[in-house]
Amino acid sequence: MSALALPYLAILRVRFQLMLQYRAAAFAGFVTQCWWGVIKIMVMAAFYAGHPHQPITLAQAITYTWLGQGLLGLLPWNADTDISEAVESGNVAYERLRPVDTHALWLARAVAQKAGGTALRVVPMFVIAALLFPAVGLGDWAWKLPQTAEAAALFAISITLALFLASASVVLLNIAVVALKTRRAANVAGTLVNPLSGMIVPLALMPGWLQGFLFWQPFAGLVDIPYRIYFGNLAGGAAAAGITAQLLWVTIFILAGRYWLAEVWARVDMQGS
Amino acid sequence: MGEFALLLRFIRNGLRAQMLYPTAFLLRLVTQFTVTIVEFGGLWALFARFGHVRGWTFPEVALFYGAVSVSFSLVDMSTRGFDMFGPQFVKTGAFDRVLLRPRAATTQLMGFDFGFTSLGRLAQGLVALAIAVALLGIGWSADKVALMLWAIAGGTALFGGILVLQATLAFWTVESLEIVNTITYGGVEAAQYPLDIYAGWFRKFLIYVIPLGCVVYFPVATVLGRSATAGIPAWAGALTPLAGFAFLALAFGAWRIGIRHYTSTGS
Amino acid sequence: MAQIRVENLSKTYRVAVRDPGLAGAARGLFRRRHRDVAALDDVSFSLEPGELLGLIGPNGAGKSTTIKILSGILRPSAGRCTVGGLVPWEQRIAHVARIGVVFGQRSQLWWDLPVVESLELLRDIYRVEQAQFARTLEQLVGLLKIAPVLDTPLRQLSLGQRMRCEIAAALIHSPAILFLDEPTIGLDAVSKLALRDFVKTLNRDEGVTVLLTTHDMHDIEALARRVIIIGNGKLLRDSSFESMRAEVLRERRLFVDFADDGEPGPLEGARIVGRDGRTVEYAFDPARIAAHTLIARIAAAHDVADIRVEDPKIEEVIARFYALHGAVAA
Repeated sequence: MSALALPYLAILRVRFQLMLQYRAAAFAGFVTQCWWGVIKIMVMAAFYAGHPHQPITLAQAITYTWLGQGLLGLLPWNADTDISEAVESGNVAYERLRPVDTHALWLARAVAQKAGGTALRVVPMFVIAALLFPAVGLGDWAWKLPQTAEAAALFAISITLALFLASASVVLLNIAVVALKTRRAANVAGTLVNPLSGMIVPLALMPGWLQGFLFWQPFAGLVDIPYRIYFGNLAGGAAAAGITAQLLWVTIFILAGRYWLAEVWARVDMQGS
Repeated sequence: MGEFALLLRFIRNGLRAQMLYPTAFLLRLVTQFTVTIVEFGGLWALFARFGHVRGWTFPEVALFYGAVSVSFSLVDMSTRGFDMFGPQFVKTGAFDRVLLRPRAATTQLMGFDFGFTSLGRLAQGLVALAIAVALLGIGWSADKVALMLWAIAGGTALFGGILVLQATLAFWTVESLEIVNTITYGGVEAAQYPLDIYAGWFRKFLIYVIPLGCVVYFPVATVLGRSATAGIPAWAGALTPLAGFAFLALAFGAWRIGIRHYTSTGS
Repeated sequence: MAQIRVENLSKTYRVAVRDPGLAGAARGLFRRRHRDVAALDDVSFSLEPGELLGLIGPNGAGKSTTIKILSGILRPSAGRCTVGGLVPWEQRIAHVARIGVVFGQRSQLWWDLPVVESLELLRDIYRVEQAQFARTLEQLVGLLKIAPVLDTPLRQLSLGQRMRCEIAAALIHSPAILFLDEPTIGLDAVSKLALRDFVKTLNRDEGVTVLLTTHDMHDIEALARRVIIIGNGKLLRDSSFESMRAEVLRERRLFVDFADDGEPGPLEGARIVGRDGRTVEYAFDPARIAAHTLIARIAAAHDVADIRVEDPKIEEVIARFYALHGAVAA
């Protein structure tokens, strides 16, 4: 089993090392998230000032926002740039030369990139928003911790599923880029993911008649479901439903990806590109 | 062939390349429009839930929103070369080839991968403006229209400057920088709202450091007759968009320094 | 009147030093160490219009750095340089309008465009007048034999085809000077020959000044009478190839195909350096003993099927030269 995992682990290690190298980017990314969090919180606070009673409280909306910024790296914005470049330089056939299952390889790569990229950013973000803010009297604007151990445990499960959902999405984008032979095939990703995951507006604040649809669409599992589990807005049965929805979509995305990739490789084998 | 004519030629080539697959192209365009409209819908949803934000109504905010969207989309379309400068030109050494051509680097970069899909966002901005105008019921005199256009021009210059600065940073860090996405997309997000909903220090930042307030908030508030809320005399609202052009000029100054650095250290 | 003048050119790079492993990478987040690398060290030479110069050296010797500085895309740390009276990196636009540059394995043509459209775009970029463009294009297409691929997008071409289009692209504006940085790398044999042929014709018939860097010694053999050898950033030699060879490796080789198996025994005046079946390779110093003397000696003592005399391979000459001068790959 470990022999099978070896190539994937090797990829994970190399990716993490590469990411550590670009320290300027790491720091800049962090500042980015801080700023963005601040903007969103100020907008939220301005709205809540007029009408404070809502399905989620302002404090929860603020925690939601910080979670979103800290875990932004988990979202599937684009295809793997290595794949895009390989496609555009005509070298994508070389991906076939590696003696590993391509879908699993790409999935591992995406998981590594996202986990690595997020790990770098979330810790300092947490330190600032969850620890520093309350310490300097900005407790109202802080990133609050989960209220119960149950919420924390369920969140751990949910966010892991979100990681795999996002990675499976990235693999789908990779396949799209290979299939359509252009990196532009993945451009649709960010624009779909942004609203439907809850990154623009927490899904709970959307109109009531949309709630059912919003809960069961695939991208809710990237942000909205895990975050609401985190601060207990989704608990017990509702949390279970959320996790089920995530599992459902991870499975669908992975299976769809494997099937599609097989078709795409068949074409590559025939045409050489 | 002059620089502008060359740029048009690049754009025409880019359009033809994208139109090779017309359905895919149209699909991307429509997708971008749909998604940006959904973002606008997010704004509407917040107003549907909360009613108003610090005294500003939905049509008023839609006017700010539309102006920012239009400015940003124009820049987004024409600065892909700057946006992807790090990975596409510095990391690959392709910038060498840009320097080997007897043309300004800016022209070549603007012509690189012209982003026609941003027409989707442009359309969204125009829709937002249309909705704002329809719902506002204010008299649109010539000077108000002129001021709106002037604000949009200033906003375009400002966002252009931000992109140029982002590309300049890539000379040193090589990768594409997310921090500048904060300023562009974050700036779009922040300036969509009248700046008085923000805390004082943030408002000042958006006026004096990244002068988004000067190219959106002040002029559009003036158009809405709310320059007093914005805290400026009415005539000032007509001048503030100049800040955008000043910013652009500074950005190009930094860009030239970046090129010098590139040619000193090699690729 | 020298067209290209290089005086005391030096270029030092500052390179970050990375510690190996994960711990080292993490350490690198907080503190970076640097070391200075001298890519070029006090290099001077000049070229007259119409010359063809070969620039050779081990990997990392400074060849590409030289081309980049002469092109104007890299500033030297010290020294002076003019090309056609202009300082390349200071008068960039005027300078690049007059030169053509080809980097091996890198293409300046647009990936998605048919070749001819790329060339037309270059015509507009270089402000070439349409009538002149049509003439130049016809000539280049004919010489480089790229007529069949003109309407094909670049990404669908083989490397050999791409390089030929690349050369055409570099010459669309009829520059007086052409820099070629490793142009034959990765090319198949036929393409290499075609390319060398073309460069030779261009230099001889059109008088285009050519500066060529290469690893492939056969490029040198075919093209360059004058070579500059760079090692560790220093200019080691600037002379004709023949005179360098004469100094470095005077030896010639005698290949004898014996008619029968058996020990040929020692040959006076030569030493055995190789053997392959019935063929024995002798090395001798032509200054001490003439080839015909050796041949006569061998033929008198043995039954011989065939004899030939050769110079040692260029690679050997160069390798020996590098070794003599301590020039190592960086």
